[in-house]
Amino acid sequence: MTSCRKSLVARAQLVFGRFARSRLALAGLVLVVVLVATAAIAPLMGLQSPDEIDTLAMLSSPSSDHLLGTDDLGRDTFSRLIHGARVSLSASVAAVALAMLVGVPLGLVAGYVGGALDEGVMRMLDAVMALPPLVLALTIAAVLGPGMINGMLAIAVVAVPTFTRLVRGQVLSIKHDDYVTAARSIGAPRRVIIFRHVLPNAINPVIVQGALGIGFAIITESSLSFIGLGAQPPTSSWGSMVQVGFQYLELAPWLVMAPALLIFAAVLGFNLLGEGLREMLDPNARSR
Amino acid sequence: MLEVIDLHTDLLLRGGTVRAVDGVSMRVDAGETLGVVGESGCGKSMLALSILRLVPTPPAKITGGRIMFKGKDLLALNDAEMRKIRGADISMIFQEPMTSLNPVVTIGRQLAEAVRLHQHLSRRDAADKTVEMLRLVRMPEAERRVHDYPHHMSGGMRQRVMIAMALSCNPKVILADEPTTALDVTIQAQLLDLMGQLQEKLGTAMVLITHDMGLIAENADRVMVMYAGMKVEEAEVNELFANPLHPYTRGLLGSIPHLELGSGADSGRKRLQEIEGNVPSLQNLPAGCAFAARCPHATAQCRELVPPLEQWSPGHWAACWHAAAGAA
Repeated sequence: MTSCRKSLVARAQLVFGRFARSRLALAGLVLVVVLVATAAIAPLMGLQSPDEIDTLAMLSSPSSDHLLGTDDLGRDTFSRLIHGARVSLSASVAAVALAMLVGVPLGLVAGYVGGALDEGVMRMLDAVMALPPLVLALTIAAVLGPGMINGMLAIAVVAVPTFTRLVRGQVLSIKHDDYVTAARSIGAPRRVIIFRHVLPNAINPVIVQGALGIGFAIITESSLSFIGLGAQPPTSSWGSMVQVGFQYLELAPWLVMAPALLIFAAVLGFNLLGEGLREMLDPNARSR
Repeated sequence: MLEVIDLHTDLLLRGGTVRAVDGVSMRVDAGETLGVVGESGCGKSMLALSILRLVPTPPAKITGGRIMFKGKDLLALNDAEMRKIRGADISMIFQEPMTSLNPVVTIGRQLAEAVRLHQHLSRRDAADKTVEMLRLVRMPEAERRVHDYPHHMSGGMRQRVMIAMALSCNPKVILADEPTTALDVTIQAQLLDLMGQLQEKLGTAMVLITHDMGLIAENADRVMVMYAGMKVEEAEVNELFANPLHPYTRGLLGSIPHLELGSGADSGRKRLQEIEGNVPSLQNLPAGCAFAARCPHATAQCRELVPPLEQWSPGHWAACWHAAAGAA
């Protein structure tokens, strides 16, 4: 009857081992890490200023001076890409974080308390989910007005229902588990039960959805910026870069391709990461 | 200490209303162990959950009766007052140790939860108390075990943790719902022994719910037998075993397998006695005595009228029209 506790290292190896088993998941992790790290250390990279206008050099092709050429105002594309990463990624992560902050407690309470509250919340979510997410985000952003913050709010609103429904589904099954009844039997009040007993057991799919949600947020943010609703000049995100480059598709295709490729890479990375997390966190995964 | 008077708990199901607890009355005094016996589905767990008002309320509902504890009717209390009683005055031990503990919280924290809720101990005091409780339930290496998670422990150890949790605030009554059914017999014996000792030490009243007559014989002072949501017999334990009045009780006692040494062709090989038939569907209870269809002594009266619970000898009640005949 000795304790079978393994060391922290051994346990970490077990858990991350499941993640590492999939090469795609690892690829996703690498992509995300590279992008995030690059975005994070951007100011320290000694790049040319992303906003420095040099009309003499406008629309130049990739060269040793400008690794990815320049745009129509002579700004260095490479540098703009990296600074754009900061904008796109941080906005997306913030939007998803906000959606989780609102959606998870909402789902917890609606699922646990049930009754009229649950019905009310679900019908509100139905209303939000009835519209295609991109269209809804565009509409909200248009109503709120241009700007990064408004864009983030729009994305968050559209992302909340997914988290709420996910959590609520988990809660509906967890709340009948024995340990919840046992907690009630010792007199624990509802908020203790919800946040100490139900939430930790419901959180796994939320983590996975978080990663996938960031992918969605990046696309939506880019779309908003593309039509001029998200990032406003001088701030520019990948979406704004695509908008600018779009006008010069024949003259300077790299202006569109570079940010588009990065959007693709980021979304792919987060999606693969999300799938890898799902494998890692699923207690029913077969272990080899 | 705890007295239940004419309790009714209904289950409102699509096919009809089921009277899971149908007019049950019982009492248990300090230091005493009341055994509640019956087969699966007879309402014994619902009885325990009803006492603590933990019945899952969408399908189930307590529709009548009183539960008197410390001079107050528990059914009349509001939520906040009931929460003060749960865990502190009346606590419950559940059947399945494998699922009664939160898998993502250490057992130390789960154990501490009860004392912190009711006795408002600081984290440090609660931690000390937790180790003390684990020692009380004879858990080896208590100080280390406090940081373990439930999946690090075997079923028997987890049940010890549950027992510790139930006892942590020195409750007056413990409702033990088949506490050892999911464990093997040697652990069963140890745990019941432990619970008996703690009961003696702390003067707790215990309601021991089980389907195992052997456990009842060893551990109970008085016994009540339930069938189809009703109490059909109640007596002091030795009296019940010596002189079962209700045909169902006799059936239960008769169906206990006996190991017999014999000689000759049928040494020790006897067919297990069974009670013929099945428990009637609770949604479709027949008129009259619920046991009539399976009873070898049933008469027309039994099939028409529900027999009331009557005292056939001092301290011995049975709900049977023909209990006297059985007593003979």
